[in-house]
Amino acid sequence: MKYKGITYSYVVYAFTFFLAPLLLILFYSLTASDGGSVSFTLENFTRFFDFSNPQYMKVLGNSFRIAGIATLLCLLLGYPMAYILASLKPRLRAFLSLLFILPMWMNFLLRTYAWMSLLETNGIINTLLSKLGLPALQIMYTEKAVILGMVYNFLPFMILPIYNTLIKLDPSLLNASDDLGASPWQTFTRVTLPLSKPAILSGINMVFMPSVTTFVISRLLGGSSTALIGDIIEKQFKLVDDKGFGSAMSVIIMIFVFGLVALTREKDSEEVSL
Amino acid sequence: MANNNIIELVNVTKSFDGDIVLDHINLKIKDGEFITLLGPSGCGKTTTLRIIGGFLYPDSGSVFFDGKNITNVPPYKRHLNTVFQKYALFPFLNVYENVAFGLRIKKLPEAKIRAKVLEMLELVNLVGFEKRGVTALSGGQQQRVAIARALANEPDVLLLDEPLGALDLKLRKAMQIELKRIQQQADITFIYVTHDQEEALTMSDTIVVMNKGHIQQIGSPESVYNEPVNAFVADFIGESNQLDGIMLEDYRVEFNGRVYQCVDKGFAKREPIEVVIRPEDLKLCRPEEGNIVGVVKSCVFMGANFSIEVEQGDYTWTAHSIHYAQPGDTIGLYLEPDAIHIMKEFDNDDAYPDDPEEELLPPEEEEEK
Repeated sequence: MKYKGITYSYVVYAFTFFLAPLLLILFYSLTASDGGSVSFTLENFTRFFDFSNPQYMKVLGNSFRIAGIATLLCLLLGYPMAYILASLKPRLRAFLSLLFILPMWMNFLLRTYAWMSLLETNGIINTLLSKLGLPALQIMYTEKAVILGMVYNFLPFMILPIYNTLIKLDPSLLNASDDLGASPWQTFTRVTLPLSKPAILSGINMVFMPSVTTFVISRLLGGSSTALIGDIIEKQFKLVDDKGFGSAMSVIIMIFVFGLVALTREKDSEEVSL
Repeated sequence: MANNNIIELVNVTKSFDGDIVLDHINLKIKDGEFITLLGPSGCGKTTTLRIIGGFLYPDSGSVFFDGKNITNVPPYKRHLNTVFQKYALFPFLNVYENVAFGLRIKKLPEAKIRAKVLEMLELVNLVGFEKRGVTALSGGQQQRVAIARALANEPDVLLLDEPLGALDLKLRKAMQIELKRIQQQADITFIYVTHDQEEALTMSDTIVVMNKGHIQQIGSPESVYNEPVNAFVADFIGESNQLDGIMLEDYRVEFNGRVYQCVDKGFAKREPIEVVIRPEDLKLCRPEEGNIVGVVKSCVFMGANFSIEVEQGDYTWTAHSIHYAQPGDTIGLYLEPDAIHIMKEFDNDDAYPDDPEEELLPPEEEEEK
């Protein structure tokens, strides 16, 4: 009884801030509005999946590819970082994990702008390189810069869940593996890695999802050369004023991401129950 | 080596943050015996086990395995396996794969692994559980998986760290018998750590009583129970009446205001000593027949017998009897001379030799370092 009020307020909150916007997007995506009259249509979706002109599908594929590369890099960088961090003495560990989190206190846009001034043709890095007599880097407004921006911005989302799992790892399980004859490397691959798998999957989701939908990073660091699906969606709302098509693309991307999440989840639970 | 000691600890010392947890421990463990390290928490028994297992390295001293010095050998290269306190089963593997873990590390052929795993599951009565997830098992079943997993590696020595602590009383009793059977069937050395004296008495061939980083007594369950070397051991193993007394001369001791015949000798004249008497050695009788006479304070039914408190002057005796005694009645207790255990005053628990079979260490050597 005591908690009923809280439960209701949560339901109201969830409806207003999660469900309602979702339903609104779904509504926009399935309707066409011509001067006040609203009619049901699938036209927004067929336009996206137009195989004679697959430009939108190409952008979607490209977004998935770039986000995939960024996620993979985050995993390859993040796991060892989390592992090293977790194996440190508590005091040093607290200090270093603060260093990882500290940039996140700064605004996301500011951090991305900072990379612009670092990477620009006459930016800080190139100025330094030329002073050292080295050739200048030309990665600004390329795919590489976008991937760099994604890895930089989303790496903490990979490190944190893995780090949190690793510090809570039951040392007796590692001792048991050691006891049963496993070398330190075998213990890592056969015990630590399987135990941190849920964290890896959640890290992948946490990095992949914002990467695939971002439009800030691609616009600031990729310029016009690397348009991601997020940029196209944003344009539909802000430039073209085609809410229907923009919403349809949002729905499509949501379905894809949802499918991916479901896939990793299912595979995970399968292996646990095996 | 000529002797059949499988494990030998020589002068093993370990401290954590300046606190000495083990102080020059010397211990020889015979091949094939069920040995129990018994003591209150903080006595160093688990530390000793972890040093044997290789999870801790001693500050000084050596560990020998079958005559070879293994002091600095990591656990995965030692021919012994451990059953951990909370079993430490791999939650992402099923029963079969948990037991097969060590065998897969050894890269045995699949058919051999299968045969061994099934043999082990049969040994611990878990046939048919192969496909089960370990987290869905009961405590007793997880325990058996942990034993099967450790034994699958065919160790020469199995270390067990309070493995029954998490089980309820009935299951614990059943597992005690089970463990003894498994040990005899597998025919290997078990080194068992517990704070439960009853568990130790039930299962062990040899009990090592420890306190504050020292070994107090090593012996068979009977000898540790019947002939405790000091008041700590007497108190820790079973119930006992303990009181101060004076050794008047050989075979004559005075305590609680009376002189008794006893079987001990070799003390100085009028040496203050401690007297330990087991409750079951106090026999109920009529007041005129007893060498202790007192008033019954309480009589509590314990299942197999009554626990009777008898007040005699300043001291309250505890006696065990199958007969009821009415509180308020004056009764007698009869004490045989050989039921009186005399021990030196328990003023310094560092004063006891680590191993009665070893040459006695001079006290200066104990204070070294």
